Amino acid sequence: MEIIMSILAGVLFTTGVYNLLQKQMLRIIIGTALISHGAHLFILTMGELKRGAPPILEDGIENYADPLPQALILTSIVISFGVTSLLLVLAYRASKENGTDNMDKLRGSEND
Amino acid sequence: MLFAVFLPVLLAIFIPFFSKWKEKIHTGYFVLLAPLAVFIYFIPNLGNNFTPISQSYSWIPSLNIGLDFYLDGLSLLFVLLISGIGSLVTLYSIFYLHTSERLDQFYVYLLLFMTAMFGVVLSDNVFVLYGFWELTSISSFLLIGYWNYKERSRYGALKSMLITVFGGLSMFGGFILLSIITETTSIQAMIAQADVILSSDYFGLILALILLGAFTKSAQFPFHIWLPDAMEAPTPVSAYLHSATMVKAGIFLVARFTPIFSGNEWFFVFVSGIGILTLVWGSYMAVRQTDLKGILAFSTISQLGMIMAMLGFGTKAAIFAAVFHILNHATFKGSLFMIAGIVDHETGTRDIRRLGGLVTLMPISATLAFFGTFSMASVPFPFLNGFYSKEMFFTTSLELHDHSMWISQVLSQAIPYLAVFGSIFTFVYSMYLVFGTFMGEKKLDQLPVKPHEAPIGMLISPIILIVGVVVIGLFPNLVNGSFIAHTAEAIYGSPVEKDIYYWHGFETPFIMSLIVVGVGIFLAFFRKNWSSIYSFFPGKLSFNKVYDFLLDQSEKTSAKITNSYMNGSIRRYMALILIAILVCTFTVLAITDGFAWDTSNLAKITVHEVLIAIVMAVAAVSTIFIRNKVGAILILGVVGYGLALLFVVYRAPDLALTQLVVETITVALFLLCFYHLPNLRERTESGSQKAVNLVISIAFGALMTVVAISAHSTKLFDKISDYFLKTSYKLGGGDNVVNVILVDMRGIDTLFEIVVLGIAALAIYGLIKLRNKKEAE
Repeated sequence: MEIIMSILAGVLFTTGVYNLLQKQMLRIIIGTALISHGAHLFILTMGELKRGAPPILEDGIENYADPLPQALILTSIVISFGVTSLLLVLAYRASKENGTDNMDKLRGSEND
Repeated sequence: MLFAVFLPVLLAIFIPFFSKWKEKIHTGYFVLLAPLAVFIYFIPNLGNNFTPISQSYSWIPSLNIGLDFYLDGLSLLFVLLISGIGSLVTLYSIFYLHTSERLDQFYVYLLLFMTAMFGVVLSDNVFVLYGFWELTSISSFLLIGYWNYKERSRYGALKSMLITVFGGLSMFGGFILLSIITETTSIQAMIAQADVILSSDYFGLILALILLGAFTKSAQFPFHIWLPDAMEAPTPVSAYLHSATMVKAGIFLVARFTPIFSGNEWFFVFVSGIGILTLVWGSYMAVRQTDLKGILAFSTISQLGMIMAMLGFGTKAAIFAAVFHILNHATFKGSLFMIAGIVDHETGTRDIRRLGGLVTLMPISATLAFFGTFSMASVPFPFLNGFYSKEMFFTTSLELHDHSMWISQVLSQAIPYLAVFGSIFTFVYSMYLVFGTFMGEKKLDQLPVKPHEAPIGMLISPIILIVGVVVIGLFPNLVNGSFIAHTAEAIYGSPVEKDIYYWHGFETPFIMSLIVVGVGIFLAFFRKNWSSIYSFFPGKLSFNKVYDFLLDQSEKTSAKITNSYMNGSIRRYMALILIAILVCTFTVLAITDGFAWDTSNLAKITVHEVLIAIVMAVAAVSTIFIRNKVGAILILGVVGYGLALLFVVYRAPDLALTQLVVETITVALFLLCFYHLPNLRERTESGSQKAVNLVISIAFGALMTVVAISAHSTKLFDKISDYFLKTSYKLGGGDNVVNVILVDMRGIDTLFEIVVLGIAALAIYGLIKLRNKKEAE
């Protein structure tokens, strides 16, 4: 299963990066969201999957799932939420101000 | 000593406040305190029984870098020169610079320079020395460019900076090698290991790198080209940095490392060879100049070459003579610069072709100039210190060590002739300088300002220096045993005792002096008749052209390279960054054989997980092709919710909950914002662009897959999670281990996470507010 999950993470990264390399800001934001999903899956897969119970201590259970990747991912989910929200508002403002959401047209010049 | 070194820069902090009252009291008076205090602090060290003092202050012990100060005869000479000339120059500058100038900046730079220079000569730690060394380059840059509205000032400042910093960096390389070989950063400890350094494989490289630093700083041929352009600085700066102190830092460095290097014959070849060449070239070129300060600049170059050559000789007498000349040169050249400044100040020009006959108008300056130039020309009068050291130079040039290499033998044979040749031109430019300015016919109509004698304040400093010239000339042994003998001892390694006396008898050195004066008078008298020689040699040839060419080409080339990839397109940069990541990671994977494949410890494959995975993959791929923006968001939601389901399957309830909440909010937010954004367009890029993007993305995805599988298959050490599982309840008092990790064990991390979110929230709020304001208008 870990192999399949690794491949899925790879697919998420591939689609994310492809979207990231597009001109339109919307696609770029979708790309970052996909990349963060891929990263979360990636971190989770680096540990072991489906071994032991959820990491909530209970009497009589010895074997728990690895809590450390989960803690890392939890932090990451919240941060990427913040980043995505900021990017969205930024994209919205930028396209409102400049009348375009095409990155190539938003390029600055030396004399700005 | 720590306080003495940093006193100037501490004072500099207050200069901006003092300069507020500059109309009432010139800021220079406050500045004067610093060098004067340091001078008085170090004066008691003069005397016949002097022992080196060392003081250490810890700074970065792990790197062996500390503020270790070491005061021996060599540092003492330089410290007294820097503080002594520094006081005189500051005093002079009070009358030179009008209060309408930006005095605060000038004096802050000057004080910065003083601290840097004290640091260079007192540091025993090579890296601290290097730090101060570069600080002198920077403060010199700032001072040369002080009148930054002048194009020539900016050019000169940049040139001096580039050349001296280039040398400084080479020197730094030499220091690093030295500290690796000797396993110490202390210069004194290095001297104790001189034989280790001399027998090292890297000795040649170390010698070359350190000498490069010294030669660029001391304006030795062919790096001398920055010094004439540095004359764009205000004259007090020229007198101070570019004749008496900073340019002698290179000499100091060579002297400092003489105990290590002098055992090697290449040291003689380079230092004496370059030095004597600089002496000849500098004095030859000085006669060609028309600017008073230009003449003095080339004269400084040639005098530095002479000192350098003597250090290279390495004999006891030569080192003594070199030290003596450092002192003498500082006195007469410092005063001559100040007089050039006075002439400039009072007549409005420094062009020697427009000057002449000023002796009746400026009698005191003229008298001082006569003493200074005659001492520089080493006219054999017993009251001119320049004559003594020049005579010693001739003597030592005849008494060189025996050398084994043919190149050093040839050099040894040529040195006395070159010395005489250079000295003849030294005589000629000295006479040209003083007679051209003060004698001959008056050309008052060509002067912008009607000349008159300078105010007394401006004359004090050159008078003190010229008194020094005469006193040392009359009583040379006054500074001998109590002062320069210690300096020579510090360089040579064993006590140097030498009496200085005027009359040696009719020996070769005296005959050499007579030739210099005789031929010199002849050439100086008929200067106009032979000066056309300069149009043949060097003619239009100049190392400036080389410098300009190199600078121009490097600017053009770097602009070309930068423009070739920095085209302003963020997508392009993104692609380049990704390619760099791909190349680096794949290379490392390949080199270290990092890929691992281990199927022994895998979870079972179940149908529902595979189904979720397929749905997520399909959804992710379709984000590329979809053109409906609402559709795109919903598909992105599918990926997110799919991930949440996977979290459930993989025993991560907290993650699943958070992911669900965040995904929901994100989709809602997307929908809100997307309403205002343009619809997704058909992707318009060209086929090749598409292919490149595709290749990068697939390679990146493949990389992550490979890394994930390798990471899973390699278990280098035990999991640290067991610690958390064991101590979660005991330390954190919670059953939910993930929560305990987040809020307790890695609590600070979470705190910063909240800060990041807060910043993002503020930014979003700001962006929305901005809109409201604008729309309201």
